Amino acid sequence: MPSKQAQGIAPAASNVGQARRHLSDRAIQNLFIWPTLLLLIAVNLFPLLYSLYLSFTNFLAVQNKPPGWVGLANFATILNSPEMWRNFATTGRYALMSVGMQTLIGFGLAMLVRRKFFGSGLITTLILVPMMISPVVVGMFWKMIYNPNFGFFNFLLGAGDAGKGVDMLASKFFGQSTPGLALIAVAIVDVWMWSPFVMLLVLSGLNAIPEYLYEAAAIDRASPWFQFRRITLPQVAPLLLIAVLFRTIEAFKSFDLVMGMTGGGPGDQTELIAVNLYRQAFLGTFKTGFSSALAYIILIIIIAASNMYIKYLNQIKGEA
Amino acid sequence: MARFEERGPRSPIVQPIRVDKVHPRARAQRRLIAIASLLMAIIMLLPVFVMGISAFKTRADVMSSPPKILFKPTLEGFMLLFTERAVVSQSRQEELQEEAAAGSLSLFERLALEAGMEITGPSAYVFRLWNSVIIAGISTVASVVLGLFAAYAFSRFKVPGKNDLMFFILSTRMLPAVVVTIPLFLMYRQLGLHDRHLGMIILYTVFNLSFSVWLLKGFIDEIPKEYEEAALVDGYTRLQAFFRIVLPQAASGIAATTVFCLIFAWNEYAFALMLTSQRARTAPPSIATMMGRGGIEWSAIAAGSLGFLIPVVIVTFALRKYLLRGITFGAIRG
Repeated sequence: MPSKQAQGIAPAASNVGQARRHLSDRAIQNLFIWPTLLLLIAVNLFPLLYSLYLSFTNFLAVQNKPPGWVGLANFATILNSPEMWRNFATTGRYALMSVGMQTLIGFGLAMLVRRKFFGSGLITTLILVPMMISPVVVGMFWKMIYNPNFGFFNFLLGAGDAGKGVDMLASKFFGQSTPGLALIAVAIVDVWMWSPFVMLLVLSGLNAIPEYLYEAAAIDRASPWFQFRRITLPQVAPLLLIAVLFRTIEAFKSFDLVMGMTGGGPGDQTELIAVNLYRQAFLGTFKTGFSSALAYIILIIIIAASNMYIKYLNQIKGEA
Repeated sequence: MARFEERGPRSPIVQPIRVDKVHPRARAQRRLIAIASLLMAIIMLLPVFVMGISAFKTRADVMSSPPKILFKPTLEGFMLLFTERAVVSQSRQEELQEEAAAGSLSLFERLALEAGMEITGPSAYVFRLWNSVIIAGISTVASVVLGLFAAYAFSRFKVPGKNDLMFFILSTRMLPAVVVTIPLFLMYRQLGLHDRHLGMIILYTVFNLSFSVWLLKGFIDEIPKEYEEAALVDGYTRLQAFFRIVLPQAASGIAATTVFCLIFAWNEYAFALMLTSQRARTAPPSIATMMGRGGIEWSAIAAGSLGFLIPVVIVTFALRKYLLRGITFGAIRG
């Protein structure tokens, strides 16, 4: 039993017994990486390539016909449709609003809880709770909170009278129709849910800043603002950027929150591009080919944006 | 630094210089910060509080206007969540009332009777909750273990095309789920994985892998290489060094990754909705479709959400020390 031998003898003396079991670094590297890569390739690459192929066809999932090749027609339809451009614009506004607010609030929260005080660990964990709830559940009960008749939101705004106050999800402000309110309502929920995520990442960055930087600054009598501007911000920037990257990707993909709360309405005010995608792919028509093309356009946008982020991130890291 | 000398001190140093003598302003500031963060935590938890109290309201109380904060708590929502019910006839109802008077009915049965119904059995939700436990549990462990191995290799070895591979791993998370689903659906049907636990476990494992590799690589990057090198010199094999030196050092990273993977796998909705129907269906799709007589059964939804949230909260609280210690994605020290 070679293993028993290796365990029994002190490591330095067991070289002979180990020779047979000793794996080269090369072998370990392959052993460690390939299971992950193979799984990723098996479950991701086939769907990726298959939907790329489908994006050039007029395939409908509910039909029993083989896919018919239509070339670039799907892409042309999408790029020429003003409705799609409007959805893209909505998605952009939504991403800007929600990711921007998340970054600000998340950063603020992290600055608040960074120094230890009595109960700070508990408070930090409590702030993380919104992140742990299923998005579909979040959508459901925020819909309840926004309900103009029995929701708390309307009530807290002081409009006790049922139905007359603010109906966020229908974009109605005291009876007045106010376009954009529904999108803000959804963004508020997204911000509520994901600010803690940004906070967690920023907090990690803050904890990693060496204390001597602040000590040096204090000796030089640098103002708190100067310390923030020249020490805190640059040191946290890489992690902040990663948080923003993950949230931006998610904002372009998000559909379950909106589906649960507004279904894209009223009109197409909250019709994010991913919601439209879901509609094309599953509701009613099952336009598989068309929706694959749309998905690829979204994917290209996401990859382009991520690449920009990562380039910028490496640049910051290089300077630091 | 000359700027400060020219202008002189702008404000007194408020950092404590002696441990036993904290500047009063610093102490006041710290107290202010504590109060502010407590306030923020309360604001963040308000919606959860609303959900929590709605779970214990009756159907009428949930939809009262203005919303009630004080009310008589009931377990009706939980009863609706956990049981199948049937409307009973007048005569049967009287029969049941007699039984209730004799005290031979359980709490849920009495609650059902008040609504004019009789319990016929446990609801599908119980079964689906169990599915959620199995699928989320196994896939979380799998993605953390696989991710740990891959992250170690990417962190320590000169893997050819490392940056491209890492980007590939990240990019698997970028495609909108809706579209991967159709090819996945076709593929799973071919392989017989549709509506099977194994299929969902593989899917969630893969979807968490990208995140887990990135996160864990950040942690392992921060463990000094010198520890393992010293161990290697002492005659440890690479594997021994990995298990005995790196693994304990990466504990906080493993804990943090576990929490994130668990949150995703536990809460996932889109795939579960589209790739399962009966056998392997998890809880989130069934919470969302909790309909009763006359529309959405809000108290049952709130009860389901609350019960569904608790396990994740417990795990997070248990691991919070590690979670708060730092998640860096290797961004601090490249």
